[in-house]
Amino acid sequence: MTAVRPEAPGSDRYQGARERSRRNTLSAASRWFFLTAAALALLVLAVLAYDTISQGAGRLNLQFFTSYPSRFADQAGLRSSLIGSGWVLALTVVMAVPIAVGTAIWIEEFAPDNWFLTVIKLNLANLAGVPSIIYGVLGLAVFVRFAGMGPSILAGSLTLALMILPMTVIAAQEAIRQVPSGIRDGALALGATRWQAVRGQILPVALPGIVTGVILAIARAAGETASLIMIGAFTFIAFDNSRITDDFTTLPIQIYNWTTRPQEAFRANAAAAIIVLMVIVLAFNLIATIVRNRFRRFR
Amino acid sequence: MRAPTEGSAALATDTAMADRLRRRRFRHPTEAVIKALLTASGFVSLAATALILLVLFEGTLTFFQDVPLADFFLQTRWQPLFEPVSFGIWELVAGTANVVLWSLVVAVPFGLGAAIYLSEYANPSVRRVLKPLLEALAGVPTVVYAYFALTFITLDVLRPLLGDNISIFNSLGASIVMAVMILPTIASISEDAMTNVPRELREGAYALGATRLEVALRIVVPAALSGIIASILLAIARVVGETMIVAVAAGSTPNLTLSPLESIQTMTGYMLQIGLGDAERGTIKYESLFAVGAMLFMLTLVFNLGAHLFVRRFQERYE
Amino acid sequence: MTQPHIDTPATPHWRPLSRSRASAATQGAVGAETDEITDAAIEAKEISLWYGSAQAIGDITLKIERHRVTALIGPSGCGKSTFLRCMNRMNDLIPSVRMTGELFLDDQNILDQSVDPVELRRVVGMVFQKPNPFPKSVYDNVAFGARINGYKGNYDELVQHALERAALWDEVKDKLHTSGLALSGGQQQRLCIARALAVNPQVILMDEPCSALDPIATQRIEDLMRELAEDYTIVVVTHNMQQAARVSDRTAFMLAREDRVGRLVEYGLTEQIFTAPRDQRTEAYITGRFG
Ligand SMILES: Nc1ncnc2c1ncn2[C@@H]1O[C@H](COP(=O)(O)OP(=O)(O)OP(=O)(O)O)[C@@H](O)[C@H]1O
Ligand SMILES: [Mg+2]
Repeated sequence: MTAVRPEAPGSDRYQGARERSRRNTLSAASRWFFLTAAALALLVLAVLAYDTISQGAGRLNLQFFTSYPSRFADQAGLRSSLIGSGWVLALTVVMAVPIAVGTAIWIEEFAPDNWFLTVIKLNLANLAGVPSIIYGVLGLAVFVRFAGMGPSILAGSLTLALMILPMTVIAAQEAIRQVPSGIRDGALALGATRWQAVRGQILPVALPGIVTGVILAIARAAGETASLIMIGAFTFIAFDNSRITDDFTTLPIQIYNWTTRPQEAFRANAAAAIIVLMVIVLAFNLIATIVRNRFRRFR
Repeated sequence: MRAPTEGSAALATDTAMADRLRRRRFRHPTEAVIKALLTASGFVSLAATALILLVLFEGTLTFFQDVPLADFFLQTRWQPLFEPVSFGIWELVAGTANVVLWSLVVAVPFGLGAAIYLSEYANPSVRRVLKPLLEALAGVPTVVYAYFALTFITLDVLRPLLGDNISIFNSLGASIVMAVMILPTIASISEDAMTNVPRELREGAYALGATRLEVALRIVVPAALSGIIASILLAIARVVGETMIVAVAAGSTPNLTLSPLESIQTMTGYMLQIGLGDAERGTIKYESLFAVGAMLFMLTLVFNLGAHLFVRRFQERYE
Repeated sequence: MTQPHIDTPATPHWRPLSRSRASAATQGAVGAETDEITDAAIEAKEISLWYGSAQAIGDITLKIERHRVTALIGPSGCGKSTFLRCMNRMNDLIPSVRMTGELFLDDQNILDQSVDPVELRRVVGMVFQKPNPFPKSVYDNVAFGARINGYKGNYDELVQHALERAALWDEVKDKLHTSGLALSGGQQQRLCIARALAVNPQVILMDEPCSALDPIATQRIEDLMRELAEDYTIVVVTHNMQQAARVSDRTAFMLAREDRVGRLVEYGLTEQIFTAPRDQRTEAYITGRFG
């Protein structure tokens, strides 16, 4: 705006029409520039989708889902990694969700507001930013080695549970905070104990938000690779997991494995596995969005 | 006025009301149990941090019993796997810095451009579609990005373009894909900060005849600066901690360079390599994991805390 | 039960309590006509309260008569809600609050450490300014209070009875299982009253219960208050002078001066407060000269 000076209209020093039109053209052009910036990432995503589908779609047949890994690309499949992912995710959810929701309820409804609560909150914010490979180191040292669990489903789930804990807590806190205070006050004024108010009125209202947060956390865990490789899950599994003490592999680990093979044929396998993983992750995201939108309307 | 004070002086001993209202320990038995359980769950996150600190500290301490602290910080070569072994951290730090540098070079202009578009140009319906789509980019598993960096960006784009000037494993391919990964972080948080800029500021400038571009660049961006900085710091923390993309696409050659064309190794890349190699407990290789991990932990902590401070600042300013 | 006729809100001037007073008197209430309170449900002695370091109310001493409607009036910010919330210790939920003084419910000082605020709130119910039904069915709204009380009887009967007492039954008996949020504002507020009644309290606190309602809905709540006063002690905060005059037996006028500490200025029979206030600040307020 340096060009605009507070002077009488008609003054020579007022900017010329040409200058003004130049500025307007520039501004109009900038719209397209910024739009390109916003769209470029999506374009990359589209290219990624196209590339993987064209590379991998051909491998998506029944054999691919029912076969164990193999030295031969065309005989290898996702059987053990899908089963492993299922086990690990289920166990992770079972361990992380109650603790995460409990933590969120405690912070929002029970904890006395003092320095200790501040420490807990800061700690959670910080934990949410800790790189996943550090969780892997933690899992390796504590669960695999110290507790002697080995690179088992249990050790992997514990590691992932710790990893998704902070983000789940934060999402659940957010959902609880959104509950109108009138609901809380109304319940307490009726003589509900804190827990009766939470259980009877606050949780039901916060539930869609909590569920959304949990599903997004599962999606994150479903794609997690580094921390599981770190705890030693990078192994050749040619059996169906049936116990939590079993060694395991997961879908993302299998993708990593195939991606890093030098033989070109495995690239198709990696692409096909990526299609499967992305369908799973997108499905989780879609469910999360539906839950959120659907229940917001009924609020 | 009349405010009676006499009467009702009866002592509050066992009247019916006193009895009904008295605090009783087991009036709500589940309440106490639940409260204890909830409190306990609140401690789990503290325990997680304590464990991380303990594990890293203990391992690092053991590591420095074998490797002098001075070597770690003063030597430049990182060569733990073959003779002569050398543990100078700077090659790994340089690897991380390399990827941070080049991914920011790509992601900052595009991320801010996207943020400006969303907050200043896009009409609400476009914004409602575009923003979630952008944020969906953050949900793509990093192993997928890793595949893309190696197979598509490097093999299908960079190699044909640059030929042998660029090695198969190189920082550029990893950085470009990393930029796509952090773009939503930068765009989304910056956009929040820009949308928070008071309307009057904009309107004042428009009233003076400023164009949309001028308002965006000279009014909105400066006013949203702390939010923008926060978004970049957060993005840096993510790049520093990201493992799969660099492990797959950037190579495993510790290299004191900021060149985007060479093969490098980041701190996370090294850690994953050790994780893959099934290092025996007690070997120096295994212990170096904790020293590098501690370094990584502190770096991400610094960037995350920095982001936290800046986010707080822009929230305070306008709320 | 005779329906006491209450002045409509459309009445241009407030009128002293003639009709409702007469009906209360015919039902055998004695004492309301005199200045003396012999049967106090609540007695506050030198209640002061601080939010952090800021004192909000100071040295409030008054008795609240059983089975009567007592109105708290005064300009905004004078601590009416704060004082009201002392009576069911809702203020305990605000971490920085500190209180001194004594507040007797029957013969029990409810500020005493030994008193369980949860139990207290089952005896002293509360209705809020903004209707706040739970986002559940009408039925569940009413049943919640009984449930948390461990009520073992017939819930259908209880719900019906509470809704009848709240003069809502006829309007909702066909939609007991639709959301409480689907009701009109006035119905929602009566639902909140029914919800409070289902816990079987002795005292009901109402904080500007009609301020979010239209005149018709307001009148229904006012009628209801008069009816409920036969069995419950009601304390109502209101900004509406006519309303105080119409529904209450006694009125307390509170005021915060420059120190921003709310104090009791005048307390007495509503009729007296509105026709012959003893304090000129009361007179100034009720004639609309400030506040
Ligand atoms: N939670 C709180 N924290 C701090 N101060 C408060 C809080 N609630 C009320 N106050 C202060 O206490 C004083 C009395 O507030 P209160 O809500 O009791 O007034 P009121 O008479 O009910 O006003 P109104 O008619 O506007 O409802 C006010 O100065 C208010 O700012
Ligand atoms: Mg109030």
